[in-house]
Amino acid sequence: MRKKDFDVIIVGAGPAGLAAGYVLAKANVNVAIIERGTFPGSKNVMGGIFYRKALDDLIPEFYKEAPLERHIIEQKMWFISEDSVFSTGIKSEKFNKEPYNCFSVFRAKFDKWFAQKVQEAGALIINETVVKDPIVENGKVVGIRTDRPDGDLYCDCVIAADGVNSFLAKSLGLREKITPNKVALAVKEIIGLPENVINDRFGVSSDSDGVTIEITGPYFEGMESMGFIYTNKNSLSIGVGTIIEDLIEHKVNPNDLIEKFKTHPAIAPLIAGGETKEYLAHMIPEGGYYAVPKLYTDGLMVVGDAAMLVNSVHREGSNLAIESGKLAARTYLEAKDKNDFSAKALSAYQTKMEESFVLKDLKMYRNLPHLLEEKRYLLTKYPQLIIDSMYSIYNVDGVSKPDKIKNIKDKVKKEFGYWNLAKDMFTLWRKLG
Amino acid sequence: MIKQDITQYKNVWVFIEHNDGKIERVSLELLSKGAELAKDLNCEVCAFTVGDKVEQFAKEVGEYGAKKFYIIENPVLKEYRTEPWRDAIVYLIDKYKPEVALIGATTLGRDLAGTVATKLFTGLTADTTALDIDPSNKNLLMTRPTFGGNLMATIFCPDNRPQMSTVRPGVFKAVKNPTTPEVIKDKYEITEDQIVKKIIEKVQTGEEKVNLSFYEVIVSGGKGIGKKENLKLLEDLANVLGGTWAVSRKVVQAGWAPQSRQVGQTGQTVHPKIYIAAGISGAVQHVAGMKSSDIIIAINTDPQAPIFEVATYGIVGDCLQILPKMTEMFKQKLVK
Amino acid sequence: MHSLVFIKQVPDAAQVRVDYETGTLIREGVPAIINPFDTHAIEAAVQIKDKFGGSVSVLCMGPPMAEEALKKALAMGADNAFLLSDRVFAGSDTLATSYALWAGAQKVIQEVGPVDIFWAGKQAIDGDTAQTGPGIATRFDVPLVTYAVEIKEIDPSAKKIKIVRLLEGGTETVEVPMPCMITTEETLNHIRFAPLPYLIKAAKTPVVLLNSSNTTIDASQCGLKNSPTKVKKAFTPPKRERGEMIEGSLDEIISVVYEKIEPMLKQLGRV
Repeated sequence: MRKKDFDVIIVGAGPAGLAAGYVLAKANVNVAIIERGTFPGSKNVMGGIFYRKALDDLIPEFYKEAPLERHIIEQKMWFISEDSVFSTGIKSEKFNKEPYNCFSVFRAKFDKWFAQKVQEAGALIINETVVKDPIVENGKVVGIRTDRPDGDLYCDCVIAADGVNSFLAKSLGLREKITPNKVALAVKEIIGLPENVINDRFGVSSDSDGVTIEITGPYFEGMESMGFIYTNKNSLSIGVGTIIEDLIEHKVNPNDLIEKFKTHPAIAPLIAGGETKEYLAHMIPEGGYYAVPKLYTDGLMVVGDAAMLVNSVHREGSNLAIESGKLAARTYLEAKDKNDFSAKALSAYQTKMEESFVLKDLKMYRNLPHLLEEKRYLLTKYPQLIIDSMYSIYNVDGVSKPDKIKNIKDKVKKEFGYWNLAKDMFTLWRKLG
Repeated sequence: MIKQDITQYKNVWVFIEHNDGKIERVSLELLSKGAELAKDLNCEVCAFTVGDKVEQFAKEVGEYGAKKFYIIENPVLKEYRTEPWRDAIVYLIDKYKPEVALIGATTLGRDLAGTVATKLFTGLTADTTALDIDPSNKNLLMTRPTFGGNLMATIFCPDNRPQMSTVRPGVFKAVKNPTTPEVIKDKYEITEDQIVKKIIEKVQTGEEKVNLSFYEVIVSGGKGIGKKENLKLLEDLANVLGGTWAVSRKVVQAGWAPQSRQVGQTGQTVHPKIYIAAGISGAVQHVAGMKSSDIIIAINTDPQAPIFEVATYGIVGDCLQILPKMTEMFKQKLVK
Repeated sequence: MHSLVFIKQVPDAAQVRVDYETGTLIREGVPAIINPFDTHAIEAAVQIKDKFGGSVSVLCMGPPMAEEALKKALAMGADNAFLLSDRVFAGSDTLATSYALWAGAQKVIQEVGPVDIFWAGKQAIDGDTAQTGPGIATRFDVPLVTYAVEIKEIDPSAKKIKIVRLLEGGTETVEVPMPCMITTEETLNHIRFAPLPYLIKAAKTPVVLLNSSNTTIDASQCGLKNSPTKVKKAFTPPKRERGEMIEGSLDEIISVVYEKIEPMLKQLGRV
């Protein structure tokens, strides 16, 4: 019997890794989580929106003690052009009642808290240690090698939760090198503002109520970009994520992009007077369903960003990560009963994922990345059309309403053609689920 | 809290640090400052020390204003060792009860002061840069830098005596104020076998004890000078300007220069008339050691280097080119 | 051999910024670290353990978050970690601090055993007083060796140790009996990249909490009220403003510099 240091080794203490660690520790599995940062969350710069459900299933009412910023009661979607914005969204008192739908968070703080909980459950977290290679024997992953002296650890099963750039997934051939069209670079600033100023500007009555705005449109000059503004307790997270391929093609520096973004006439007043406290950048998986790698092999499962589990349409990532961590952990527990950690046994993870919202959601939007790649104008011309039309309709300039409608129709006909418009609508309808 | 009866304590005492028959300059600087304080406190400034043959220093301490000179002479006290010196000094202070005791913040002083203060159950303020008397209650006000000089604190010690402070060399000026001091010699019985610490050897690094605060012009180099051999560029320019050379902590850590040449929070604090910072980024800890220089000239290839935030004149450029050119050009204009 | 290392958790003074408006320090977001000099003390103690066997204990006085620093110390190879944390210590100056640490150390000795070498970093980068190590040594009545740059020789049976100290202009080698107190320079050693087993052991080792209820601490010697030195005021030094940038060709720059400093050089008698 080969010596074993742990039952399970998890690589990466992000939400996926921590969730897996929590489930395993609670089941009295001897589990260690190896994290490269100085503490869990130190390398994770997401300051975004965290959905309650996935974690609530694990740690009921976690939101009562976890460090969260504001619970979101309004989610907006903006299409912006150089001088205009068409806005839509939903604000509801239903979102303002416990147990709440989602929260703005700072990952550095949140992960630290979550990690504490995982440690209390009995998992060991080892920081400042980088996993360099999987240890493979007879085609099976039996452990990991770290960068420290005496740094080899053996186990039944490894869970790769090492993020968007997952070295493990790549080195085991589970996925190919990430191409620039499958990943976005998001640049974000944290801008400090007093709580009451944020409340006023975003139309909420208390500093625990929050708003999110997702922003796209022709302003981004044909690039597949998504801007965002999230309200934290006393700061705003504002940023832009762009598919790296677009940044390269358009020769755009993401720092310049966010600077320009901040000057937009609808955005500048929201951040006026604020002080930039932090500046961060990170890669976000954008490939969707088709970019998801093989999720398992002998002795290893892949979770979280390492498995490219990000639903960019709905801006959901960490809840998918947590869910995948949970399911991987449960798969291990089943495999443990049979003492079989082969790919065959671990394929149950794939099955669980397909049955869960994780892959179901991603599957629904699987064609979107390709569609957007092909039809970039979906993000520019259509939003521009909506903006121009809305402007025209609301602008009282002496032109009669029937004339205005006629002008819009003519424009559509000229610039798109009714047939193309219908085709696009149909394609969208068909390709999305 | 263990307190002393402060009415019993009088006079300002200054520790006379000596080595190899010579008084350390900082002690004379403190005598001059002590005299000022004594005036305010309506008392006398006195010198005190221990050693083997220290009575010989009476004349010099008198030149700088000491009215009394308290000493203990004992052959076992010839070389400085913490414990016997501390005990002898504590004996003197317990007996004569000065209200203030000042010690130079040299290696010896910083080794000695903390242990003396602890034995006396009194307060000690380290590395003060300003000493004043509070007019309302005659307490000594001791101002010192913290957080690498980012925050200054003014400390006082109302209920304990003596009020003790260490002061870095070069903070105050030594001013002659001749008088003839009364020498008060006490006996302190201690034998060698009572002292557990033995000095095995002392090594001079071939360089004189460098007191950077002596110099009005300092040419200082950081990691940007590239290699040990380039220290010569600093030295050359320093010589032409009539000053000395120094380095930042990174250079000491790289092993290119000894710690005695280091300017900064954990090195020496200087305030020369001219400080040239070559290839120094300007980290907080370094700046803490030189930011009160009159004129700071910074040379760095990085226009964003923090050193430019405190420099009087900034040059974005390669110090390896600029320094020798400066030396060459200044040589022609300055006296030898 | 048993080493007891006193450590302090400090804000990374290199990252602390000044709020010139309020005259205070901005500590928000500044990471807390083990005082750098203390890390070399820990490393030295661990090196001695490697060579002679025994154990390394670490004691830290601080708020509850100082537990992080102790966890790090364990990950560097220490075996036992103690956090001395109690409201009664708030506002302690160096005399009160050395008392508290001395009292806390009694408990460590009780739990782990007699100490051969006490260690501390030469100074803390926030307070910069360099007084706590000497204060503790005095209270334990053990010989004090400051500014250690080399541990030259240890004779465990004779209980003697030879240490090289840094002086201005040179070094001095002293020999003292153990127990003794050593305060460390950075150049004493290089911090090793800890082997993974250290980190695993550290993750499994709890930090022992000490406070006034489980140690014999005389509260009348602790805290702000019982500190001989008190802060009258704290203020930010005047901000040194950014000066003038000199540009041009090499010759031009140097001419301008000369022009600017000529009056001062005249004053100094160099012209």
